[in-house]
Amino acid sequence: MAMTEEEILAGLGEIVDEVAGVPADQVTPEKTFIDDLDIDSLSMVEIAVAAQDKFGVEIPDDQLKDLKTVQDVVDYVRRSAVSA
Amino acid sequence: MRLTEGSPGARILAFGDYQPARVLTNDELAVTVDTTDEWIRSRVGIASRRIAAPDETVADMAVAAAGKALAGSGLSPADIDLVIVATCTPEAPIPNTAATVARRLGIAAPGAYDLNAACAGFCYALANASDAVRAGSARHVLVIGAEKLSQWVDWTDRSTCIIFADGAGAAVVGPVAEPDSAPGIGPVVWGSAGEMADLIAIKDRNSFIVQEGQAVFRWATTALHPVARKACELAGVDPTELAAFVPHQANLRIIEAIARKLGAPQAKVANDIVTAGNTSSASIPMALSRMIERGEIPSGAPALLIGFGAGICYAAQVITLP
Repeated sequence: MAMTEEEILAGLGEIVDEVAGVPADQVTPEKTFIDDLDIDSLSMVEIAVAAQDKFGVEIPDDQLKDLKTVQDVVDYVRRSAVSA
Repeated sequence: MRLTEGSPGARILAFGDYQPARVLTNDELAVTVDTTDEWIRSRVGIASRRIAAPDETVADMAVAAAGKALAGSGLSPADIDLVIVATCTPEAPIPNTAATVARRLGIAAPGAYDLNAACAGFCYALANASDAVRAGSARHVLVIGAEKLSQWVDWTDRSTCIIFADGAGAAVVGPVAEPDSAPGIGPVVWGSAGEMADLIAIKDRNSFIVQEGQAVFRWATTALHPVARKACELAGVDPTELAAFVPHQANLRIIEAIARKLGAPQAKVANDIVTAGNTSSASIPMALSRMIERGEIPSGAPALLIGFGAGICYAAQVITLP
């Protein structure tokens, strides 16, 4: 079953809250992880791992560095979920 | 052929630790490499580390930690019949460190060998010691983790020189005490992943230590909590019963992630890395020795140990705190 963009965004918000303590309602599409949400590279790895558990989409380290905004991750998960 | 008579189980009688005198702070490192105290604390969790003097050897540190453990155990050197030194930074390939350490402690003619499983070394050596006592091939074993990583660090490489440090920790292992004979060292869960060997390496004698930090972080935060849980399961101890969780002091963020996924709310989680840095095989016995000395963890309670690092090698077991 394909997830909607809203579902992915909500799930990502929960993950960011759990991993980095950033409230889910601040996790909005235009935000950048590093500058806006103050999330560092190690937390990004934890977010990628949690996203794999939650969405069944693997985000390798070499892809991770290109995912700068929340929308980037949402798009990546949607793309990968479709092609999987 | 006859076989030796063993013990129904092994236990740890005492721990000891040694840290070199020289404290190296983050601010000092920030003078020589492009980093800051805040960055190191937030990414790695280290505030300061100890660095051995140029003429201070791995054996020197091992002798100091082991001497303290031996004194704490109430045994004499003559009681020790096996010495295992877990190290990945020995002074030389031969002679090994263990025989030198034994001689300097006045232990006459014990079995003596070095063991290299890098940061998992102490847990591997502890498993060997427990098995030797149970099988009857040794009665009292000195298990030491000792490292001088500073001599393998590129002090211009900010990704590694902020992490690695020097020190030693030791444990005295012996047979279980009568009359209850409750075992004090649980079954080991160990393994390796040689396909990831390049993640942490000193490639040859002219190289420095290199580490792919992000990949190691991903592996450590995903692969290890099942190993830790399995060690609890084999020992028949639920994680909620643990009084202490003492993982290898690699990175505070890794420690916290594994602890969270393990689910051991009562356990005091070792954070020795804050003032000790990453001392590879020495980190677990050093942390335990210091936690016991500070009265943070109760004698007789269960603690979970897990070592992991280069190789890739990992090992975990539950112990009863001495």
